[in-house]
Amino acid sequence: MVLVFLDQAEGTITKSSYEAASYAAETAKLLGTTADAIVLGVVNDDLTQLGMFGVKDVHTVTNPSLNQFDAQVFANVLAQAAANYNVVIFSNNSTAKAIAPRLSVKLKAGLVAGAVALPELTNGFIVKKSVFSGKAFANIAVSTEKKIISLNVNAFNIVKTEGTATVQPFEAEVGTSKVKTTSVDKVSGEVSLSEAEVVVSGGRGLKGPENWGMIEELAGLLGAATACSRPVADIDWRPHHEHVGQTGLAIAPNLYIAIGISGAIQHLAGVNRSKTIVVINKDADAPFFKAADYGIVGDAFEVVPKMIDAVKKMKGLA
Amino acid sequence: MKILVCVSRTPDTTAKIAFTDNNTKFAEAGVQWIINPYDEWYALVRAIELKEADPATVLHLINVGGAEVDPIIRKALALGGDEAIRIDSTNDDPFFIAAQIADVAKTGGYDLVFTGKETIDYNGSSIGGMVAEMTDLPYISHAIKFDIEGSTASVVREIEGGEETNVVDLPLVVSCQKGMAVQRIPNMKGIMGARTKPLKVQPAVASESYTEVATYDLPAAKAGVKMVSADQPEELVRLLHEEARVI
Repeated sequence: MVLVFLDQAEGTITKSSYEAASYAAETAKLLGTTADAIVLGVVNDDLTQLGMFGVKDVHTVTNPSLNQFDAQVFANVLAQAAANYNVVIFSNNSTAKAIAPRLSVKLKAGLVAGAVALPELTNGFIVKKSVFSGKAFANIAVSTEKKIISLNVNAFNIVKTEGTATVQPFEAEVGTSKVKTTSVDKVSGEVSLSEAEVVVSGGRGLKGPENWGMIEELAGLLGAATACSRPVADIDWRPHHEHVGQTGLAIAPNLYIAIGISGAIQHLAGVNRSKTIVVINKDADAPFFKAADYGIVGDAFEVVPKMIDAVKKMKGLA
Repeated sequence: MKILVCVSRTPDTTAKIAFTDNNTKFAEAGVQWIINPYDEWYALVRAIELKEADPATVLHLINVGGAEVDPIIRKALALGGDEAIRIDSTNDDPFFIAAQIADVAKTGGYDLVFTGKETIDYNGSSIGGMVAEMTDLPYISHAIKFDIEGSTASVVREIEGGEETNVVDLPLVVSCQKGMAVQRIPNMKGIMGARTKPLKVQPAVASESYTEVATYDLPAAKAGVKMVSADQPEELVRLLHEEARVI
C-alpha cells in the first residue's frame, strides 16, 4: 500500500501535495494497490475531496503541537502511520527535505529525493530523479522492501478522477519537541515561488529596485510569482527568498520569464527544469538565449510595458 | 565546543555533464572538482566563524570518499579547521554515507554537525536528516542564520515565502544554505598550514546500502530559441498563449 504525506501551510493543503497525491495514486495502480494519505496538524480543507486525486483513506493527526514544525516529531508520527505501508510519497519541498531522510532511517526504506517520473517496475524498483542541478537524470534502483519517494514540485501532472476519501483520525504518540519556534516571518497572499506555474524574474538589467513595478504588474496579470537573480538579492533590491539559481531556490514552473538576466550557468541551474523559458535582454549575446524557448532582444523598459498591454488585451482587460 | 562539518567533492558548477560506460558512470575526463559550494561557503565558513569567536572550539571536517578527494579536503583545511577525517569508501548511497558520518559524530562527541543543504551533483538533501536520525538529534534544515549562546542555538531557517526562527539546545544537526556566512578565499598562510594539518583516513564501518544509480540520462535537447522582434511583444504573448499554451 502507498501512503502520501500532505503538507500544509497555515491550514491549507499545499498545491504540490495534490501532485504528490496524484503521483501516489498512480504509483499504487502500478503496484496493484491503493493510496492513502496522512495530514498532520489542523487543516481547513475538506479532506474528503482528496478522493478526486485518487486517495482512499485520509489519516489525520490533529494534535495541536503539530502546528509547529519539527522534523524529529513529524518523522516519529509518520513512522507510526507508515508501519503498514510499502511506499511513502512526499512532495520534495523544504518540509519533505527535513522529514523524509529521518523517515528513511526509521523505516529502513531507501529514499529517492527529487523524483520526476513514476517508478519503473519491470526490472526491480527504479525511480528517475533530477541530478546535477537539473542538467541530468539518474535512474535510482531502490533495494529495500519499503521505499520513500520525494516527488519534485511541478514534475507530475495532477490526475483528477471521481471519488470521495474517507477521513479518519490516526492515534499517534506525538512526543515532545526539542525545538522551539520563536517567530515566523512570512509574506502571505503572494503566489508561492516554488509552486508557481508562471514566474516572472528580473535581473540587474532592471537597473534598480524602483523599476520592479512592471515586473510585479506582469506577474499579477499572469497569476505569477516574482523572482530575481543572485546579484539582485545580494544588493538587496529584492528579498532573498526570491533568489532563484544554484545557491538560491531551484524552480520548475511551466513558464519562466527572465527579464534583464544574462543567464550565467549558476542561474540556469536553478531554472533549467522550467518547461518554457522566455528571455528578454538587450544583449543579443546573453548566454540565456541558448537555453530559451522564446526570446526578444530589446530594452526591457520598452518591451515589458508593451507585453503588459498585450496580456491585458488577451485577457479582455483592455 | 566540538563541530563536525561534512564536506563533499562535486564537479565545478560549469562542468560539462556527460556519461560513459553505457550511461552508468559520470564522465570525469577534463572535469574540475570543487568543494560542494553549500558545504564550503555556508557550513564550513560559518563553523570557522564560530571557532574564531571562541578559539577553544574544535573544528573537524569529514568526507566519505576515495583518495581522489584528498586535494579537495586540503583545500577545505586551507580555509580553516583543525583536522579532517576521510572515511575511505567510494560507496555513494546516502544511507551508507550518513551511517559513516553518524558513527564519527557519535564516537567523537560532537556538539554540532553542519552539512550543506544539498550537494550540487546528487541534489538529495538527505545526509543531514539521516545523520540526525541515526544520532537521535534534532535537525534544522535550510538554515540561513546560526547563532549560539552557551549551549543553546538560535537558528533561522528558510520556509516557503519567508523564514522561521528556532531555539534548540545542543547537540544538533544543521543543514546550511545561503545567508549563513559570506564566501571566503583561503590565504597563503591557510594553504601552507593545511599541508601539515592531520588528514586521518579511516576504514568504513559496516552499513547497508539502500539505493544505487542504475543509469543516467541527459534531458532531450531544446528545439532552439524562437526570436520575436522587440517591436512585437504582442506576438510573444500570442505564441505563449496559442503555441506553448502556458498563459
